Amino acid sequence: MKNICLHFSVHQPFQLRSYRFFDIGQDHYYYDDFTNRSNALTIAKRCYIPMNNLLLSLIHANKKAFKVSFSISGSAIEQFEMYTPEVLNSFKQLAATGCVEFVAEPDSYSLVSVANQEELELQTKANMEKIEALFGQKPKVFHNTGLAYSDELGKKIYDLGFQAIMGEGADQILGWKSPNYVYCDDAQPRMKVLLRNYKLTDDVALRFANQNWSEWPLTADKYVGWITSSLEKEDVVNLFFQYETFGDSNRAETGIFDFFSAFVAMIVKDKNIAFATPSEVVKNFQPISVLSVPQYTSCADEERDLSAWLGNNLQKQAFDAMYSLQKLVRMSGNQQLLSDWNRLQVADNLRYMGTKFFNKDRERSPYQTPYEAFINFMNVLSDFTERVNNQPVEVKYEALSQEELTAEIEKYTAILKELENVKAKSTKKKPVAKKTTAKKEKVEKTEKKPVAKKTTTKKKTTKK
Amino acid sequence: MTMKVLMFGWEFPPHISGGLGTACLGLTKAMLRQGVDIIFVVPRAYGDEDQSQMQLVGASSIRVKINQYHFGEELTSKRNQKNIQYVTIGANLVPYVTEEEYYDLINNRVTVDRQFKVHSTSDTGTIDLRGGYGGGLMNEVKSYAYIAEEIARKFDFDVIHAHDWMTYDAGIAAKRVSGKPLVVHVHATEFDRSGMNVNQIVYDMERRGMHNADRVLTVSNLTRSTVVNHYGVDEAKVTTVYNGVEAISAKKNLHFEKVSGDKIVTFLGRITYQKGPEYFLEAAAKVLQRKKNVKFVMAGSGDMLEKMMWRAAELGISKNFFFTGFLRGDDVIHMLSISDVYVMPSVSEPFGISPLEAMRSNVPVIISKQSGVAEVLKHAIKVDFWDVDSMADAIYGIISYDALPQMFKENAKKEADSIKWDNAAKRIKEVYKNLSERK
Repeated sequence: MKNICLHFSVHQPFQLRSYRFFDIGQDHYYYDDFTNRSNALTIAKRCYIPMNNLLLSLIHANKKAFKVSFSISGSAIEQFEMYTPEVLNSFKQLAATGCVEFVAEPDSYSLVSVANQEELELQTKANMEKIEALFGQKPKVFHNTGLAYSDELGKKIYDLGFQAIMGEGADQILGWKSPNYVYCDDAQPRMKVLLRNYKLTDDVALRFANQNWSEWPLTADKYVGWITSSLEKEDVVNLFFQYETFGDSNRAETGIFDFFSAFVAMIVKDKNIAFATPSEVVKNFQPISVLSVPQYTSCADEERDLSAWLGNNLQKQAFDAMYSLQKLVRMSGNQQLLSDWNRLQVADNLRYMGTKFFNKDRERSPYQTPYEAFINFMNVLSDFTERVNNQPVEVKYEALSQEELTAEIEKYTAILKELENVKAKSTKKKPVAKKTTAKKEKVEKTEKKPVAKKTTTKKKTTKK
Repeated sequence: MTMKVLMFGWEFPPHISGGLGTACLGLTKAMLRQGVDIIFVVPRAYGDEDQSQMQLVGASSIRVKINQYHFGEELTSKRNQKNIQYVTIGANLVPYVTEEEYYDLINNRVTVDRQFKVHSTSDTGTIDLRGGYGGGLMNEVKSYAYIAEEIARKFDFDVIHAHDWMTYDAGIAAKRVSGKPLVVHVHATEFDRSGMNVNQIVYDMERRGMHNADRVLTVSNLTRSTVVNHYGVDEAKVTTVYNGVEAISAKKNLHFEKVSGDKIVTFLGRITYQKGPEYFLEAAAKVLQRKKNVKFVMAGSGDMLEKMMWRAAELGISKNFFFTGFLRGDDVIHMLSISDVYVMPSVSEPFGISPLEAMRSNVPVIISKQSGVAEVLKHAIKVDFWDVDSMADAIYGIISYDALPQMFKENAKKEADSIKWDNAAKRIKEVYKNLSERK
């Protein structure tokens, strides 16, 4: 039995408001509520609601024969909660059918995998917790932002307990090979890799409504024909879509919904092909070979690498400036900071600074030029940085490495010594070191370093 | 068959008072490279100048001279020398002498009607160059048209091309006499120069020119829409041809070391309503609230200079805000080369070559969306001229975040260099071709 693996990536970023430099240090609210709300409502009406309903009815009509998978970013979930709870509800209904698998991704929909291992872990866990709480599933497959993938990442993700990772069937890694097989990771052979068939996916996502395309109009017959001919010899066709493909980038009037249900109906009837979720696919097929991906690949642009987000110096500088804050933000434990941190990282913010296409890509960007996108982001980041730096640091000692612990002990020993000296000299006045009682943080489950003590957090006093 | 064009200009280097002359020179050179022959007619007060090779005596004792004009080494090949004839008219035809005087005229400080009367009373044919000079302009425009007829009879050509309103009547006259198609080239309209305070006589003249023309060329889509909407010209005959910028010659590419460690933000242009200096000033005040090590420079002169100085004092930013007066030649290049940001906040700018010049000097530019050049530039920050907050923010961004100037350096010069007069000349040549084939 051959498989088709359908995956939908659901993501909506929080757009930043136009944040001027004179707001820095004055106003700590960064988001354009009006735009975010209207975007959320529009896309729910065009895509999430009708497509969820369609999937639901297809699942009911075809019993267990129709299956799909989803990944949902933290900001999308947050916006559902804020603006369109009915969307969240319909995702819950989908989850309840048992025919929908949820896969995990970095909660902020960021490129954190390139920047910081610890942060990647924290964000992936955060996303998994959300999914478990909402849909009652523990994700087993990982979907990185923009399908960014490399050997190294595969290994790291395996170490987090995942069985499989989704990637792009990019020509630069496949060469003559086909994306229509299960592969395994070069650095960790137990890690399975599912590669997006970008040609067949983009036939729908990018070309479906394009009347200049030689294959237009794309009918379900034709499309299923292409798929069956691919699957004559090969194992699985991975169709990984941005969810907005259905109803937003291709509006209802293009016939996209009818196309989709006709396509599903045809596949369900086919005796040789079945729908399968990602974790079923990796169960059904053995990896055909090892895949070597030394450099990151992704589904973005023709290049299919990271250049859409980190292609120029604006992007790189913004990215570095942002992740240099990681440690301090996490140490602060401040909920408001952490929430902003999660929203600011979103890959879209970097994408708006891209200079590759300028005009073409601008349509999707709220900024006129990459320069404006950069300035706005950097202004926000400047304010954020100030807040982070002004934060009284709460050190989570159990998160420190051995060397860092030694350094902390030395520091406090020195302070203690000084205090004793002062006390010995004068018994009248003595400086009092303020100490707040331990505040317990439950950010993540403690599967930590060997030094895991009881969670004691202390406010560090900067006394000299 | 080579095209031969009878071109009416108003000024020509070295005697230039504004952007029009520069544009004409750049365009003419490029047209020659495209293999178009040009007879360039220009009214000049400097009738006594060099190398006159031919003299025409026009009607009523108006002398018309034809000079061979030399563009410099690159164009001294024999072919090119033959291909341009440079006609000057040694009458009392003078382009507006200074920007300020012209400005006064346009803004009705000295009303044209009154000037007309002043002139028509003194029927001697001589015009008092001082005082009532501006009024003479209208008369000169008329005389120019009259001479144009003579010239049109004397020469052989395929197309007539007239630059800006002062020459439109000349173009119409030449068309009437020769029956050849007329192209008018709109470098600016009365709405750009005076906002909504339009001088009716100038407007009428512009309108007449556009309606009598077979084709209208505009320097941007912005201007094109003004021409279509405010002058009622049929859209089909209006074509946008963007200006270019001359490649910088090695000699001119001087380098000046920056002395002060402060960042320098520059405004360079006439200090008049059209150029939006007050928005620059207000933006500067906002930036200075947060950054102290910045110097703002307003280079140029104009009728709003005093007002700007008062306003700077009022805002308490005079310590960081400098006025240089009018800069020329190397001083301009010097100013640009030490600048960290160039701002062009024009309220209305048909095209706007100056940001391109700044980009060639590797200076990041902020331009108003109300400029034609905003239509062609990618590597520039674009703001609404009135949006002082955005402008301040962009200035702050460029001087605060290092990656920005770096990026501009990588891209902007390349982009500015790609905006060439040759492209403009090619398009214009096509327009000529269509016109003469239509006949």
